[in-house]
Amino acid sequence: MAVSDHDVVLGLEVHAQLLTRSKIFCGCSTAFGAEPNAHVCPVCLGLPGVLPSLNRRVVEMAVRTGLALGCSVRPRSVWARKNYFYPDLPKGYQISQYELPICEGGGLDITVGGAEKRVRLTRIHMEEDAGKNVHGLAADGSSGVDLNRAGVPLLEIVSEPDLRSVDEAVEYLKELRRLLVWLGVNDGNLEEGSFRCDANVSVKPRGAEKLGQRCEIKNMNSFRFLRQAVDYEVRRQVEIVEAGGRVEQETRLFDPDRGETRAMRSKEDAHDYRYFPEPDLPPVRVEEAFVEEQRRALPELPQARERRYVRELSLPAADAALLTAERQVADYFEEVLARHGRTPEAAKRAANWMNGEVARLANESGLAPPSWKLRPEGLAELLGLVAAGTVGGPGAKQALEEAFRTGAAPAAVVQEKGLAQVSDQGAIEAAVDAVLARSPGEVERYRAGNKKLMGFFVGQVMKEMKGKGNPAVVNALLQKRLEG
Amino acid sequence: MLSLEEVRRIAALARLELSPAEETLFAGQLSAILDYVKQLEALDVSGVEPMTHALAAGDAPPLRADEVRPGLPADRALAAAPARAGTSFQVPRIIE
Amino acid sequence: MSASILELDLRALSGALAAREVSSREATAAALERIRATDGQVGAFLRVTAEQARAAAAAADERAARGARLSPLDGVPLAVKDIFLTEGVETTAGSRILEGYLPPYDAAVVERLRAAGAVLLGKLNMDEFAMGSSNENSAYGPCRNPWDLARTPGGSSGGSAAALAARQAWGTLGTDTGGSIREPAAFCGVVGLKPTYGRVSRYGVIAFASSLDQPGPLARTVADTALLLQAVAGHDERDMTSSARPVDDYLAGLEGGARGLRIGVPREWLAGGLDAGVEVRVREALRRYERMGATLVEVSLPHSRYGIAAYYLIAPAEASSNLARYDGVRFGLRAPARGLREMYQQTRARGFGAEPKRRIMLGTYALSAGYYDAYYLRAQKVRTLVRRDFDEAFTRCDVVAGPVAPTVAFRLGEKVEDPLQMYLADVFTITANLAALPGLSVPCGLHPEQGLPVGLQLVGRPFDEATLLRAARALEREQGPLPPPPGVA
Repeated sequence: MAVSDHDVVLGLEVHAQLLTRSKIFCGCSTAFGAEPNAHVCPVCLGLPGVLPSLNRRVVEMAVRTGLALGCSVRPRSVWARKNYFYPDLPKGYQISQYELPICEGGGLDITVGGAEKRVRLTRIHMEEDAGKNVHGLAADGSSGVDLNRAGVPLLEIVSEPDLRSVDEAVEYLKELRRLLVWLGVNDGNLEEGSFRCDANVSVKPRGAEKLGQRCEIKNMNSFRFLRQAVDYEVRRQVEIVEAGGRVEQETRLFDPDRGETRAMRSKEDAHDYRYFPEPDLPPVRVEEAFVEEQRRALPELPQARERRYVRELSLPAADAALLTAERQVADYFEEVLARHGRTPEAAKRAANWMNGEVARLANESGLAPPSWKLRPEGLAELLGLVAAGTVGGPGAKQALEEAFRTGAAPAAVVQEKGLAQVSDQGAIEAAVDAVLARSPGEVERYRAGNKKLMGFFVGQVMKEMKGKGNPAVVNALLQKRLEG
Repeated sequence: MLSLEEVRRIAALARLELSPAEETLFAGQLSAILDYVKQLEALDVSGVEPMTHALAAGDAPPLRADEVRPGLPADRALAAAPARAGTSFQVPRIIE
Repeated sequence: MSASILELDLRALSGALAAREVSSREATAAALERIRATDGQVGAFLRVTAEQARAAAAAADERAARGARLSPLDGVPLAVKDIFLTEGVETTAGSRILEGYLPPYDAAVVERLRAAGAVLLGKLNMDEFAMGSSNENSAYGPCRNPWDLARTPGGSSGGSAAALAARQAWGTLGTDTGGSIREPAAFCGVVGLKPTYGRVSRYGVIAFASSLDQPGPLARTVADTALLLQAVAGHDERDMTSSARPVDDYLAGLEGGARGLRIGVPREWLAGGLDAGVEVRVREALRRYERMGATLVEVSLPHSRYGIAAYYLIAPAEASSNLARYDGVRFGLRAPARGLREMYQQTRARGFGAEPKRRIMLGTYALSAGYYDAYYLRAQKVRTLVRRDFDEAFTRCDVVAGPVAPTVAFRLGEKVEDPLQMYLADVFTITANLAALPGLSVPCGLHPEQGLPVGLQLVGRPFDEATLLRAARALEREQGPLPPPPGVA
C-alpha cells in the first residue's frame, strides 16, 4: 500500500486575532511590530494581584462571526483556565473557553474541483493569545520573552474532521479568511501570525470507517507550508501504519527549513491542561436582542454576493470571484453598478474594467479602495462614456489612469486631453481615403483575397486619426471602400 | 493512599521539585485530606448547578469598552525581572 | 499624649483630627513609636514604611489646616496585610518567592485608602499566600497574639488583627478566603468583617482562591469597621467580580439597635465540637440579643458540615492555578538552573513553603485528568447546597449567629504537624465564603477559664453588611469593651 491507498482526514483549528484596539482583558494596544514589551501592563504581564477585565468588542465580534458562519450562539458561555507552564504564558494559564464556548455548530461551503462541499464547524471560542518566545537571544542560547502579543484577543474556529485533502484544507482556509476579513474582525495576515492554523491530521485505509489516531500540527504560517506540512505528515503516518506501527497522538511542530514535522517537547503536559471555569470572569451572557442586533448589522456575505453576481448579473464565475475577494472592492463595485446600471452588459463592462485596468492601477499604487482618488461615480462616468462610444478603449484607458492618479473627473479628462473618439463620417472617410491612396499594393492584395490585411488598414487609419477613430465606424467604412 | 508515583506525576505537572522526604510526607498528608473529602461522595448532587462563580448573575458588572489605555513603559515592566536582555525577559534556552 | 492617642478608637481619632486637637503627625509618630516598642514581641509588621507615613501625615495635616480633609480617614494611620500590592513598597504575601518584590501599582483598596487621605504605616504579617489559620506559615516568622505571646493571633490575617490588639494602628485591611479575617479578629479581640463576595475589589490583592477571596476591614470597634468598609467598598471596573450595586451608608443605621431583629441560630453550629468556654460566651451573647429585643430563631444549615471538605478541594484547585505565575520569569525569585524546566522546578521548590506546596499538590491533583468531576465540580455543587441552606434560613431570620472558631487562640506549634487539624479551625467561617455571604466577627467576652477573647460570628444576606454592622454594634454597646490585652505593655 501507499499514500494513495489511504484516506486523509483533516480538521483545522484556526486562530484569528480580532481587530480590536485594546487587548482582550486589559487596555494595552494590540498594535503589531513594536519593540519587545512596549505594549504591556500589569494585567497582560500576569503580575501578582491582577484580574482580567473583558473587552466588550471581543464578544460582539465573536457573535458576529458565529452568525456569519451559521453557528448557534450560546446565551451563556463560560471562561475556563487552560493550565500549563511556558515562558510566553505569563499567568501559567491561558484564559479560554472549554466546555461552554460562545458558538457551536455552523459550517462553511467550499468549492474544490467544481464540487461544492460543506465543512461543518464544531465550535468557535474566544481566548487570549500568548506572548512570543524569541529563541537564541544570546550566545549562551538563552531565549527572550516578549509579551506584546500576550492578551491579544483570538477566536479559535474549530472544524469537524470533514476535509479529505490538502486542497480542501487550503480552500477552506481561504474561504474562512475571506469571510473574517470581510466581516472586519481579522486582517487575514498569515505571515504576521494574525491568522494561524493548526491541522489535525490522521490517515485511514481507503474506505475504512474508523478514524486513525491524529496528530496536531502547528506552525504553518503560509498556504505553502500547510501543504508541505500536511503532505509530510500524511507520508509519515502512512509509513508508520504500513510498518505495522501505531501513530502516537501528539502535537507536532512544522519545521519550514526542513519541510518536516517533529514532536514538540514543550507540549508534554498537553494531555492534562487541568481546565476549570475561570473564577475571575463571570459567564458571558448574550441576550437575544443583542444577537438580533448583531445579525441585522451583518453585511451581505462574500459567498452570497459572489453567487448573486453570477445569478443576477450573469457575470462569469471567475469575474464574480475576483470582485468578491475583498469586501472593499466588492462594495466599490456595487456603487459603480448603482450608477452605471445592472444589465448584464453594463455589469460585464464594469467587471472588466474593475478586474482589468482598475485592478492593475490599484496594485501599482498599493492603495485600498477607500483611498483611491477615483471614486465609484468617476468610474461609472467613464463607463458611461465608453458605452456611448464617446471614448474608445485607448482613450478610456488613458482617462482612467489620469483620473485614478489625480482624482479628476474622467469626462473632464477626456475633454481636456481630447480623448473623445471621432465618429464623424466625413473625418473618418478622409482618413480612410488617405490610407487607401498611399497603399495601392495592399489594396490589391486584399482584393485578391488576403483578408488578413484588414487589420493593417484599421491600424493605419487609427494612426492617421491619432487613435481617436471610432473602431466600429472605421471598420464599416473600410469594408465599404474595399469590398464595394 | 496516594502512591509516590502519583505524587511525582502531580509534582511534575505543578513544576515542583520535591525531595524524597517531601514526597513521602505529601503522600501521607494528601491521602489523609483526600480521605476526609470523600465524605462529599455521600451527597446527592444530581441536578445541582455548580457555584463556580460566586457573584450572582444579576450582579455582574458591564463589560469594558474597547479603548487603549497607557500600560507600563518597558523599563518598569522589566524592573522586577530576574534576567533581561534588551527589553525582553530572559529565560534559559527553550526547546520546542 | 501619645499613650492617650493610642487609646482613642479610629472614629475618635478622626474627630480629634477634624477638630485639630491632634495632628496626623502626632498620631503617626505615636503609632510608629508603639510599633518600635512592641513589634519585636508581636511580629505584626513585615515592614514599616515610616518615612512615607510621616510624609502622608504631614500632607494630611496641611489639608486639615486648610479645612480640606478628604474623608473621615484623612490623616488616620492604618496598615494593610502584605497581600495588598503597594506601589514601590515590597509586597511578599508572606512568601520567599516574592522577597524583595516591588510592585508597579497599588491595589484598588490601597488606592482608595490613599485617596481618602489615610496614612499607611506598613505591611502586615500573614500566612504565606493567605494559606493558614495561625500565621505560622509566614516565611518571615510567626506573628504572636498580644493577649498571650505564646499563642497564635489566628490567620491568615494574623498581623492585621494583632496590630490592632497591640494598639499599633487604628484600622487594618485583611483578606478572608475561609475565615482569614474573622478568625484572627476573634482570637485577638477585635472586629473583623468579610464582605459579600464582590463588595470590595480584589484588584491588586494577591490571589489565593479567586472564587472565595474577599478583602475586608478589621478595627477595634464596629463603627471603625463600618468607616473602613465605607472607604473601600464599591465597584471597580478592573475586577469583573466586583458588583456594580450601590454601596449602603454603613454608619447611618449603625445605632439602630437589635430590637425586632430576627437572629437565626444554626442548630448544627452549637451541636458539639465546640469548646465549652467558647459556647458559654456565644450563648451569653445570644441571650443579650434577646434581652435587647431581638428574636432568636432556630435554623438549620445541614450542608455546613461538608464545608471544609468542599473548601479543601476548591481553594487548593484555584490556588494551584493562581500560583502558577510564580515561575521565575518576570518577577520574584529565580533559582539558578541549566534549563527551563529545572528553572521552574527549582524556583518553585525554593520559593514556596510547605503549605503552598501542599495545596498546589492537592489542587493540581483535584483538577488533573479524570478527577475534575469527582472533586472540583462536585465541591462547587456542594457550594450551591450550602448557599441554599442560607437562603432558606434567611426566609426566617435577618442574620445568622454562632461561633467564629471552635476554640480560642491556640498555642503556637500546636497544630503545625497536622494540616487537617489546622484546617478544621475554619469549620464555622468557611461556609460564609462558600456561600459568598458577608460574615463578621465581634468580640463577645473572654473565655471563662483561659481569659482569651471569644468572637461571635454574624452572617448576613448578600450585600447586607449594614444589618451585620448594626447587629454587631448593638452587642458591642451592650457588653462594653474588652480589657486591654495583657501580652504587650
